[in-house]
Amino acid sequence: MKRIYTLEDACIGCHLCEVACITEHSLSKDPVKAFLHEPARPISRCTVEEWDGGVVSLSTTCRHCDEPDCLRACISGAIQKFDSGVVRVDAEQCVGCWSCVMACPYGAVQRNLAKKKANKCDLCPDRKNPACVDACPNRALVYKEGNQK
Amino acid sequence: MNYVIIGNSVAAVGAIRGIRTIDPEGNITVISRERHTAYGRPLISYLLGGLITEKRMPYLPPDFYEQHRVNLLLNSEVIAVDDAKKRVKLASGENVPFDRLLIATGGDPFIPPIEGLADKEKVFTFTTWDDAAKLKGLAADIERVVVIGGGLIGLKAAEGLYLLGKKVTIVELADRILSAAFDRPAGRIVAKKMKANGIDVITEDTVVRVDGEGAAISGVTLKSGDFIPCDTLIVAIGVRPAAGFLKGSSVEVNRGVVVDDSMATSVKGVFAAGDVAEARDFFSGAKNPMPIWPDAYIQGDIAGTAMAGSTKSYAGGLAMNSIEFFKVSTISMGITNPPDPAEYEVLTYLDAENYQYRKIVLKGNLLVGAVLVGNVDRAGIFAGLIREKVDVTPFRDKLLATDFGFIHLTKEIRSTLFAPIGKVA
Repeated sequence: MKRIYTLEDACIGCHLCEVACITEHSLSKDPVKAFLHEPARPISRCTVEEWDGGVVSLSTTCRHCDEPDCLRACISGAIQKFDSGVVRVDAEQCVGCWSCVMACPYGAVQRNLAKKKANKCDLCPDRKNPACVDACPNRALVYKEGNQK
Repeated sequence: MNYVIIGNSVAAVGAIRGIRTIDPEGNITVISRERHTAYGRPLISYLLGGLITEKRMPYLPPDFYEQHRVNLLLNSEVIAVDDAKKRVKLASGENVPFDRLLIATGGDPFIPPIEGLADKEKVFTFTTWDDAAKLKGLAADIERVVVIGGGLIGLKAAEGLYLLGKKVTIVELADRILSAAFDRPAGRIVAKKMKANGIDVITEDTVVRVDGEGAAISGVTLKSGDFIPCDTLIVAIGVRPAAGFLKGSSVEVNRGVVVDDSMATSVKGVFAAGDVAEARDFFSGAKNPMPIWPDAYIQGDIAGTAMAGSTKSYAGGLAMNSIEFFKVSTISMGITNPPDPAEYEVLTYLDAENYQYRKIVLKGNLLVGAVLVGNVDRAGIFAGLIREKVDVTPFRDKLLATDFGFIHLTKEIRSTLFAPIGKVA
């Protein structure tokens, strides 16, 4: 399956992947409206980490594992792996127990505290490429066939 | 090939998926003494407290059993396993033949002999959907509850009853609640939160007598002599592997059903997984029952894979719990109470006022345990470091940072986890 990979040396720590992710998963799909006016603004499903004032940075996100630890830890069955390989959270079924947060070794499941729901990359089902990949100005994010590591 | 699975919770589901990955043809029969299809067992406290409705209880999509072509026998209890004739006997008298058998019956709540308890009506355990439903159905007739046992089950039952507006007292024999999963400061933070919500927590004491006329409860008498008035009693002392029906079979049962790293028992063709099994511990290598949800899934998957003729090896059971008490999130994993402090190094950060606590347990250069209270974000990174036995030397001083992440690890690890393989066009 196609997965999102990160070229750390190309990342400039601009956080545009996070902006694109929030926008894509908003109601309006418009960054200004999403950030300023939407009552339940989504939180980003990719996480840009920085150190040393941004000298080192990279965007981390879900690996859509072949044997997902999040799915195995999920107590409600909200996390399912589909035939396409994508691992998704059914927000309605999620009870916000954070077992997935406990289990994911990639730190790729976020806590949406306002909604009390787990939040993770869904590979943008409405798009050809994930929004974060398209938004990365330095092409530090790569969407290609590959294994989970 | 006839696969028979006794039990229908998470280990069974892991096994069904494991079998079907390899063998799309064989017959799978799942036998459960409960009347429900697989459900999120830990959700029963959410159900009791009214945080979710029954609609959220099913753990699987409605077409799961059909899609995986599972013959599901509900309301059916296995009373004996005849491993020589390769068949299991049901309470109905019916025999079900097997080529491969999985024992995934989970645990049975343990009810100690307490004077006056046996003939009382409103005494409950709290491990099944029906337990929660029964309590919820009786809620109007419940005012004051005593919960015996301050472990995870007892505390979650207490919270659920509190949310229904009941007056709850927890009685714990140890000197603190949550002594198994948590260390002292984390237990104290949770106890503080419980008490702040009006739940009484009594430690270093136990119920020696249940008082009341006939089937009705008027209260309980403690070892200390104290009397606590109540009308309902929850017994949450612990669960034991549900392996009683294996008496008379050749399957080796110690505390649980003893299994090797492929979840095979002492009898060829018979496997066990989940809370009923006694598998290898990740750290010590010793075999012990580990009632941990994700571990049950993993064991089920390994068992199912082996039953279908392939192999996956068990890395060992790693205890981990993510539980919320009164909106305080807690995650604990691995060794949280080092048995011999000299062998371990412990790093902590405590802000009790704001219900924030972090604890890291190291053995040499390896992370072996973590406790997070409050901010539990990205706790799984620690689970990964434990499982992969990563040398923490380069980032040891960053482990307690609230923003601890991959950026603090080595570039080599980051590349291994996140960089693309091969040439990027």
